[in-house]
Amino acid sequence: MGAQGGCKNLKMTANKAKKHSYPHYYLWICVFWGVIALGIIVLYVSTLKIEYVWRWYRVPQYFLYKASIEIRSDIDGDVKSIKSEGGQIIVKIEGPSGSETYKVKGKGDVRVSEGDHVFTGDVIATYQKWKPGILLYGLYTTLKVSIIGIIFGIIIGLVAGLARISENPAFKWWSIIYIEIIRGSPLLVQIFIWYFVLGTLINTILAREGLQQLPPLYYGIASLAFFAGAYVAEIVRAGIQSIHRGQMEAARSLGMSYAQAMRYVILPQAFRRILPPLAGQFISLIKDSSLLGIIAIRELTKATREVVTTSLQPFELWFVCALLYLILTFGLSMLMQYLERRMIVS
Amino acid sequence: MIRVEHVSKTFYVPQEVKALDDVSCEIDKGEVVVIIGPSGSGKSTLLRCLNRLEFADSGHIYIDGIDVLSPRTDINKLRAEVGMVFQSFNLFPHKTVLENITLAQLVVRKRKKEEAVEKAMFLLEKVGIPEKADAYPDQLSGGQQQRVAIARALAMDPKIMLFDEPTSALDPEMIGEVLDVMKTLAREGMTMVVVTHEMGFAREVADRVIFMDHGKIVEEGTPEHFFTNPIHERTKLFLSQIL
Ligand SMILES: Nc1ncnc2c1ncn2[C@@H]1O[C@H](COP(=O)(O)OP(=O)(O)OP(=O)(O)O)[C@@H](O)[C@H]1O
Ligand SMILES: [Mg+2]
Repeated sequence: MGAQGGCKNLKMTANKAKKHSYPHYYLWICVFWGVIALGIIVLYVSTLKIEYVWRWYRVPQYFLYKASIEIRSDIDGDVKSIKSEGGQIIVKIEGPSGSETYKVKGKGDVRVSEGDHVFTGDVIATYQKWKPGILLYGLYTTLKVSIIGIIFGIIIGLVAGLARISENPAFKWWSIIYIEIIRGSPLLVQIFIWYFVLGTLINTILAREGLQQLPPLYYGIASLAFFAGAYVAEIVRAGIQSIHRGQMEAARSLGMSYAQAMRYVILPQAFRRILPPLAGQFISLIKDSSLLGIIAIRELTKATREVVTTSLQPFELWFVCALLYLILTFGLSMLMQYLERRMIVS
Repeated sequence: MIRVEHVSKTFYVPQEVKALDDVSCEIDKGEVVVIIGPSGSGKSTLLRCLNRLEFADSGHIYIDGIDVLSPRTDINKLRAEVGMVFQSFNLFPHKTVLENITLAQLVVRKRKKEEAVEKAMFLLEKVGIPEKADAYPDQLSGGQQQRVAIARALAMDPKIMLFDEPTSALDPEMIGEVLDVMKTLAREGMTMVVVTHEMGFAREVADRVIFMDHGKIVEEGTPEHFFTNPIHERTKLFLSQIL
């Protein structure tokens, strides 16, 4: 939502640029860039003062790095042949207990030659392979918990939102209590409760029953889903209540049940109004998921912290971390704008 | 067909209003009854009590012998038999005209798709806008929208049609086309209860006119009786204002 507003402002300044109606327009443009440049210079100079050495070149390896992978022999035997074939090198080993062939991809480095004797576990060849680094994994985890969180959050929110406007007192009050508790307490505390209270309970009971315990990820996603659910519930409620009551009356007057009227008439209309605030909720959830690091879920923030302790380049890495969140959130709000425009057209 | 016995309804929010005050009346099969009265006299409330969009506080309402106010009555089944047309059309804006007319046929009457579409096209033909089947409501004029709303209600094969000021939201040049559809319906023998300020329609089509004021039925009778020699002072006053 925030990014959306920002975009509108940008468009407005663009319009003004055409008209140059604002006094000293170009002067202010210079001031705008000047202040930003000044901020960067001040930051840079002060890092020099404390003798911080910027090493941006160390950052990319935490996204992608070339891992050296070793191919080891599974049998004892002699190297029968080494052949190059279609961009691969095929190493054939024959021993008393059978034969085995190994394929080395690309520019692999074969460590044996024809006729050599190899034992089980000897390195036959090594090759280089690009592997995702810890930051990329962190980004992936952040996206994963946020997406699963928002999906369950929407389901929970839909149920809670419908219960909230229901006339059934039990449903209504459960929903009110749920929404108020979630919205009235910090997410950090909720995560602790999910992990240290409910998690301990559930995992202990599971262990007693001889079942496998649930990893922290589950509790983390649960805390995000229930957290988002309360906000989604309010969004759903507001969306439904924004539909004119004549719609419900018309549907009911035709003999539709409350549920049918909701499903075919009210919710499809409410959905269009719900979608933008829902996207905003998803964007907040991506940012809120940064708290999950405290229960040992290696999302982007936790991953950055770990990389900082090994690389000792905190300045670069925290900026990169922030930038990655920005890319996610900004990308999402652009996508939403695109979808909204398409929905208006159709 | 419709029997209303001592029905009262009070609203407490925003302030206490006795919208219906011990109303009783009876409407026979095939009868066209027009309800008139000043604003706030309870006309809409009476109409909405008939299909329980408003739940009456006390009294009894029977439609075709079925007790409308009994909690054991399957209200959805009853409402499918009682069509209603609203002042503000209330078409479903996210659905095409055709879908507006088929939706309830499919989900309430459980008709087959082809059957529902055939019925919808037949009714669109009847209300005179078959070419608008694939348009969305906001692409239609008010008069066309209201005719679609009538077709939507008729698609359920109702035994009774309720109209709550169906022409009040329309530009004058569109009132005629909606009234024409209603007249055709009346001629075909539909039982109709119509709240309207269209006295021409009342005079031409109504079998009976009911005049309401302050939640009570003040006077009822044939159109001739009403427009030539009304008895009550309040009726005279109202008619003098409106005619
Ligand atoms: N849902 C409601 N909540 C509160 N008061 C209501 C409600 N519906 C109607 N009323 C009140 O009940 C009284 C009767 O209203 P009703 O709509 O039946 O009048 P009406 O005869 O249809 O008037 P109009 O010609 O303006 O449509 C009015 O005073 C109105 O303010
Ligand atoms: Mg009214």
